Amino acid sequence: MKRVYVNEEWCLGCRLCEYWCVFSASGEKHFPFAFDGGAKPPAGIRVESAGGINFAVNCRHCDDPLCMKSCISGALSRDDHGAIRIDKAKCVGCHTCIAMCPYGCIVSGGESMPIKKCQLCASRDYTPQCVSHCPAGAIVFEEE
Amino acid sequence: MDEIEQRLAEVAEKNREGNVRIPSGCAICGYFSRKGKALPAVDAVDAMAYMHDRSNGLGGGFAGYGIYPDFADHYAFHIFYDNEKAREDAESFLKLRFDVSNMERIPTRKVYGISGAPLIWRYFGKLQPEIAAHTELDEEEYVCRSVIHINTKIKGAYVFSSGKNMGVFKGVGFPEDVGEYYRLGDYKGYCWTAHGRYPTNTPGWWGGAHPFNILNYTVVHNGEISSYDANRRFMEIYGYKCTLLTDTEVITYIIDYLHRKRGLKLPDVAKVIAPPFWSQIERMDAPEREKLTTLRNMYASLLITGPFSIILGYSGGMMALNDRLKLRSMVAAEKDDVTYISSEECAIRSICPDPDRTWSPAGGEPVIVELDNKEGGR
Amino acid sequence: MIDYIQPDYEVVRNKDLCIKCKVCVRQCANEVHVYDEKRDVLFADNSKCVNCHRCVTLCPAKALKIVKTDHCFKPSANYTKEIIYDIYRQADTGGVLLSSMGTPKDYPVYWDKILINASQVTNPSIDPLREPMEIKTFLGRKPEKIEYAADGSIKTEKYPNLELKTPIMFSAMSYGSISKNAHMCLARAAEELGTFYNTGEGGLHEDLYKYSPNTIVQVASGRFGVHADYLEAGQAIEIKIGQGAKPGIGGHLPGQKIGPDVSRTRMIPMGADAISPAPHHDIYSIEDLRQLVFSLKEATDYKKPIIVKIAAVHNIAAIASGIARSGADVIAIDGMRGGTGAAPSRIRDNVGIPIELALASVDSRLREEGIRNNVGIVVGGSIRSSADVVKAIALGADAVYIATPALLALGCHLCRSCHSGKCNWGIATQSPELVRRLNPDIGYKRLVNLVTAWSHEIMEMMGGMGINSIEALRGNRLMLRGIGLSQKELDILGIGHAGE
Repeated sequence: MKRVYVNEEWCLGCRLCEYWCVFSASGEKHFPFAFDGGAKPPAGIRVESAGGINFAVNCRHCDDPLCMKSCISGALSRDDHGAIRIDKAKCVGCHTCIAMCPYGCIVSGGESMPIKKCQLCASRDYTPQCVSHCPAGAIVFEEE
Repeated sequence: MDEIEQRLAEVAEKNREGNVRIPSGCAICGYFSRKGKALPAVDAVDAMAYMHDRSNGLGGGFAGYGIYPDFADHYAFHIFYDNEKAREDAESFLKLRFDVSNMERIPTRKVYGISGAPLIWRYFGKLQPEIAAHTELDEEEYVCRSVIHINTKIKGAYVFSSGKNMGVFKGVGFPEDVGEYYRLGDYKGYCWTAHGRYPTNTPGWWGGAHPFNILNYTVVHNGEISSYDANRRFMEIYGYKCTLLTDTEVITYIIDYLHRKRGLKLPDVAKVIAPPFWSQIERMDAPEREKLTTLRNMYASLLITGPFSIILGYSGGMMALNDRLKLRSMVAAEKDDVTYISSEECAIRSICPDPDRTWSPAGGEPVIVELDNKEGGR
Repeated sequence: MIDYIQPDYEVVRNKDLCIKCKVCVRQCANEVHVYDEKRDVLFADNSKCVNCHRCVTLCPAKALKIVKTDHCFKPSANYTKEIIYDIYRQADTGGVLLSSMGTPKDYPVYWDKILINASQVTNPSIDPLREPMEIKTFLGRKPEKIEYAADGSIKTEKYPNLELKTPIMFSAMSYGSISKNAHMCLARAAEELGTFYNTGEGGLHEDLYKYSPNTIVQVASGRFGVHADYLEAGQAIEIKIGQGAKPGIGGHLPGQKIGPDVSRTRMIPMGADAISPAPHHDIYSIEDLRQLVFSLKEATDYKKPIIVKIAAVHNIAAIASGIARSGADVIAIDGMRGGTGAAPSRIRDNVGIPIELALASVDSRLREEGIRNNVGIVVGGSIRSSADVVKAIALGADAVYIATPALLALGCHLCRSCHSGKCNWGIATQSPELVRRLNPDIGYKRLVNLVTAWSHEIMEMMGGMGINSIEALRGNRLMLRGIGLSQKELDILGIGHAGE
């Protein structure tokens, strides 16, 4: 399946991906509305920077996903595109998945959603916004 | 002179060939007997009459080869003069350099539709032996430069034909009227080419009519070439002066340069003027590819773009060539040993109703015919 | 000490749009944008802003713009703000003023005063979408004589020529003045386009030798990075005598741009300024040039054309004529509006002549002297669009060099601060953090796109003129007309006025 990959050679650490991720998930029409007054809700992608190396991490949509296995309410499932999605109605906010994810790619959500993870921008025709808006071409969406 | 006439004269001078560039549409036609049969000039006149609508009465002319067998080894100079003073100047210039065996007014007849004719004279001469011996130039080059001298330095004189055993007859009018005017019924030759002009301007100067000639080369041309200034400026590097600003003039110079001066064979001259596309060249066998690449690179500025069909007459041969996109009509036909070329097939059928074959030569593919018993082209 | 210099630009942040993502803070190498955590506010230090638009371009909320300050002096047409500040700066430092890229001064751009012809009625225009349209160009000396062998094949002298699929090449920009990634973009684009890029005088990075078939190597007065393998790597060798932006002086690469890689490539010490001499110290006259031309030909077995690059100066026609007789195969002429990585401002803004006039007079002179076919002519120094290319070729050039448009394609915003080494776009810098902002995978495609687009436009204009082969456009000045030019200017350009 196609996944979001990051090439650390080109990642500038500008963190625009995080903001586009939030905007994408917000459903808002205009960019600034997704960030009421500058408070940034959690994003499904996160840039780690250390020692001059920058690297954005996000959900691997594992073949054998521990998050799905551990979910006590069946709120996580895999869709036709292979993306592991959250069913908001079922999620009880137990955060077991956060504890189980080996990559640390599920984080506590904001007010409207108990958890936050990359869902491959399913609501935008599976066009990950972090990829489209990376100024360095460091984030790609492709087969392994 | 009243005011209007004076103004018209001023306009005519301003728009004279050489002062302004005049695009023209045209009719061309030519025929050639490989066996060297003496073909009548009137056929060319008739053929041109069939293409009357391709001309607009502002220029017509003919070139014949093999027409002066009695003076075959003499240069035949046909000269227009605006006045007697010009004639005196030109004649004294000529006589200093040439032994003139014969000089006369070219016989003409009064024709309705032909007016404003200059004085038209003809001279048969040989280069004086002591000049031939002492000049640094070869004889042809010397003659060529003498012609250019008269045309550019002697006011009112214009040499419009300067080859051996050949002659150009041209003027302002429809070609069939020009033929009548020059009494072409009296001439026969193994090759004739003809031209009817449709200029987009109103040139009144006889020298501007076609065929254009230098030494034995004559060119009749139909089209307007878009590469004109690239070609002209390249030729001027090599000492040619394009004073008439016409396509035909520069094409003639290109052929003279490549064929006479550089010694290129005519099929190769055609490949310089109208080369195959690079995409075609790339598909050719190595030797041919290399040759055409060299020619295109070496003579890049002599490539001619834009529509043209030309008929080149030269001593012992005739070549017809279309631009590489074939943007101008040109038809060829054969009957026995005679090859015909024309802008329109109707003109050929008017003088040769039953040709053995007719075809439409492809763009950039020259049709070359030469006398059987003479090594004409190089 | 009093700071006399007030900021030229102001950063305007729309607080309604700003989401405080701080990408501006992270991306500005000049440290203009500052985030104060305690007060949770972003502000900008305008005095550091060079107006490169990195922040504006990356701001996801489109909350930023840069405006020219309206802070002013008493108006004077004579002592303008720029002149006053230059004097303050020199009074502060005692130094020569430096600047980069092309002159901003309002000299005539003749390209914009020349109009191109098109066919109507008397001959047809040609449709490049339906008919072949040829722009392949050979660069170099042409043979003079032609002979036939017994088998009908032809024999001529052989001179090495460059074969270009499009008459556009990338002009010399050295590794050092621009980043390795920028060089990589140019090399890869040249390869894909079937044209050439030029190393400039900074040598050739070892990773770029694989692009040798599309490389022109430069030999300049400093001889930086010149060795046998380097000469062999080029398909042509360019001797740089001068550069349009700074005629009469040599290059200057500040020491802070010279890290280990640049040092190794240029074969010079790290950290020390690399200053190439103003003249070549083995060329004090035209006969010396001939010796260098033939030294380089000897060194490369007469297999590579030699280009001599000169700045357009007053006596250009005579100089070019001398070069054409020196054994050079191509003359590259660089006009005064051309760009540079660093030049003294006064020289950039006052020395030299525009490329259009230089080209026209060189082409005319070489034709008058019958030696135009001895050399190819390449022009650079402000070729900004395909129309400029068409006009240059019609004036008589064989091909053009572009550099500033190539940098623009790579993201340059013409802030004219290359000499600072802090290029926010990763182009004119050696700082690893900044260099990696230019991803060659993206950059080279943008260059390919640009030149491909220009090539299409050249074909469109040629087709309109009824010309289907670039050879027939070359030197075809009848296809050009001047607009609003004096008779003298028209005479030098060798063209008529519109309406004539």
